Amino acid sequence: MAALVVESLVKSFGGVRAVKGTSFTVDRGELLALIGPNGAGKTTTFNMVGGQLHPDSGSVKLEGRELVGLTPRAIWRMGVGRTFQITATYPSMTVAENVQMVLLSHHKRLLGWWTPAARQFRAEALELLARVGMAVQADRPSSVLAYGDLKRLELAMALANEPRLLLMDEPTAGMAPRERVELMALTADLVRERGIAVLFTEHDMDVVFAHAHRIVVMNRGEIIADGTPDAVRNDPHVQEVYLGSGAMFHGEPQGKAVVS
Amino acid sequence: MGFYVTQFMSGLAQAATLFLVASGLSIIFGVTRIVNFAHGSFYMLGAYMAYTVSDVVGGFAGFWGGIVAAALAAGVIGVVMEMVLLRRLYRSPELFQLLATFGVVLVIQDLALTIWGPEDLLGPRAPGLEGRVRILGQAFPQYDVFLIVLGPVVLALLLLLFKWTRWGTLVRAATQDREMTGALGVNERRLFTSVLFVGCALAGLGGALQVPREAVNLQMDVSMVVEAFVVVVVGGMGSLMGAFLAALLIGQLQAFGILIFPQITLVLVFLVMAVVLVVRPYGLLGKPPAAARGAAHAPEAPLRPAGLPAKLFGVAVLAVLLLLPVVAGQYALVVLTETLVLVLFAASLHFMMGPGGMVSFGHAAYFGLGAYAAGLLTKHMDGGMLAGLVTAPVLGGLGALLFGWFCVRLSGVYLAMLTLAFAQIVWSVAFQWTAVTGGDNGILGVWPAPWASAKWVYYYLTLAVVTGAVLMLRRAIFAPFGYAMRAGRDSPLRSEAIGMDVRRLQWLAFTAAGAMAGLAGGLYAYAKGSVFPTFLSVPASVDALVMVLMGGVQTIAGPLVGAAVFHGLETEVVRYTDFWRLILGGIIILLVLAFPKGIAGAADAWFGSGRSAEGRA
Repeated sequence: MAALVVESLVKSFGGVRAVKGTSFTVDRGELLALIGPNGAGKTTTFNMVGGQLHPDSGSVKLEGRELVGLTPRAIWRMGVGRTFQITATYPSMTVAENVQMVLLSHHKRLLGWWTPAARQFRAEALELLARVGMAVQADRPSSVLAYGDLKRLELAMALANEPRLLLMDEPTAGMAPRERVELMALTADLVRERGIAVLFTEHDMDVVFAHAHRIVVMNRGEIIADGTPDAVRNDPHVQEVYLGSGAMFHGEPQGKAVVS
Repeated sequence: MGFYVTQFMSGLAQAATLFLVASGLSIIFGVTRIVNFAHGSFYMLGAYMAYTVSDVVGGFAGFWGGIVAAALAAGVIGVVMEMVLLRRLYRSPELFQLLATFGVVLVIQDLALTIWGPEDLLGPRAPGLEGRVRILGQAFPQYDVFLIVLGPVVLALLLLLFKWTRWGTLVRAATQDREMTGALGVNERRLFTSVLFVGCALAGLGGALQVPREAVNLQMDVSMVVEAFVVVVVGGMGSLMGAFLAALLIGQLQAFGILIFPQITLVLVFLVMAVVLVVRPYGLLGKPPAAARGAAHAPEAPLRPAGLPAKLFGVAVLAVLLLLPVVAGQYALVVLTETLVLVLFAASLHFMMGPGGMVSFGHAAYFGLGAYAAGLLTKHMDGGMLAGLVTAPVLGGLGALLFGWFCVRLSGVYLAMLTLAFAQIVWSVAFQWTAVTGGDNGILGVWPAPWASAKWVYYYLTLAVVTGAVLMLRRAIFAPFGYAMRAGRDSPLRSEAIGMDVRRLQWLAFTAAGAMAGLAGGLYAYAKGSVFPTFLSVPASVDALVMVLMGGVQTIAGPLVGAAVFHGLETEVVRYTDFWRLILGGIIILLVLAFPKGIAGAADAWFGSGRSAEGRA
């Protein structure tokens, strides 16, 4: 069943038509990768789903409910978690407090003036951190974390409101190769366990072809392919677009089974 | 008709001076991100130095040579300030430089007083331009025509300098992205030093050119720095063209405002600024500032509940405060009561500034509203002290609720300037609505209820209220509300993405801080027995800012220490010497250099109390 239905999204910046009528769906329990060369309109599409940008026209429906026109915080309350391309966490708080912050917001306890925040929802926060393998670091300041660990912390934060849709903008950017595989394997596990729908953009084709259940390819604001990894890999149009930019070979000296 | 034309032209002449000073401020802020509070002092020094050269040398050469010499000398003093002071503070917490430059303001005030004396100095007319031209039948000073021409000429020269020279390119690059410019191998130190020279020289030039137009006096510095801030903020930080347009606008407002509303020219200027900032949050031609990359200073460490030693220390301090009336004399009790009130005032400012990340240059507005609530109640309704102490936080909170709604739409220096604007408006109302507020004469006879009229009783009352209020603020900082404030400050992007309404949270925090400041103001009114417009003036706001920054904005105990040290110093220094500004300013500068993280911040770092070792790494 489709958790997210995106229909004919259009967005222009000045005279540039960044996204020209994008439509796709994401099913429950599905990992959908949105890929394409730089400037294809991936992040713009992404931000329109998350509410950071308002589309000129088109619709985004989460389980039948319209998201267009809502603020990011309203969209989050409807069950959309999000991680950012450059991690956005709270450096003045500990790792556990970062997650507790999300839980406090989820349970609408932000205006409390009395009970110390550090004592609220700590058990739940530790559980989420354990799930992403960060429990040992729960009491470290998040400002001293390695980048890969920050990404995992962000994932724990994104899971805290039990989202039905998870938006991950380049989840593995800036990580070491082994960390990438681990993070995506972890994400895939979570998707299976909880039946979350995941929409992610990514430049690392290893990550995309190893973990995505389905791939949507964008170029110049339009979708040029939508299908299983195998179908997309063998699509001549996709090969042409990527051969032109060379992006397909990124991080893949052997180009194993990608275009050959 | 002719009258309006000459009025318009004198507005243009005023705009030229404003532009010179403001452009220097804008350039300095753009490149170094330093809010140079001493900029008005360079303007004043320029005027004094030009006066002296003109007086000593005399004649044509003395006057015009004096202007050039004054500008250059102001630039050199700016360089000295950069090399001795500011250079050591680029890695300090944001706004720490502001505190340092405030120390410079105080030092220069006393130096100027010593060198040039307290009397206003009337400068000569400009040789060669003494006459008047006739415009539509009205006489208009030739010198003002010269200024009107000079403004655009300086603008053009600066624009050419920025566009065509290597130095100008570097300045523009650093204004856009300081870190990247440094990473590209540009010698930042030399660039900053040269920028300080140019900026301060422009301020000095502005002051020197003002000599034939107004008497040189010791109040020039603060009045000019506030106006220059307004111009820069209205025009857009870092935009020369914007500063020029804003200077024209403000110059005209002053020229015509004085005809229409002679009483509230100042309010008019600040109202226009408020409107501009709400409509265009980054000023007329300003752009949103590039996000700083945070590498400039260490991130704040996570909050830790006070450990046993810290708790014991707190209890010990409270015990000492409880026992003091046994030994302290009447005068000491008065000083102690005032200090306690200021502790609450500083703590309320810290609440919005530290966890909330909203810097206020006008926090005295809410303190003053609280004081006037008590005063007006006594004067017009015969209200008692308890009613006054209840009304004070309510009025302070309502003021903050109203002004905060506008302020939280902005951030950083823009927010700070808008708070200043509102504070100036409140001040003008208190100052000029004589029928209700008594104007400059204030409201007298605001005494505590009979049962609390003994100094020691009022001291205990203040101690109880302040302790309760400060503990409540502290509690809130550790509670979800305080965490949410820090979350909104740390990462607005993340906070919105986890369902937080950051603006509303900030608005609430602003209001809470205003209410607490109002409570402090009410206590202060009864302690003093009177209420004056100075309670909500710019210097009062600056005092609060100094107390918070002195204590260290990243620590909760900071404002308490800062208020006690600052008020103690001020009271003691004023008692023993006439040069209290010089000494106070000098102490501030030394403290800033010795404790770039504030006094309480430094104590934390040494004793590690309440902080993990890792957090300081």
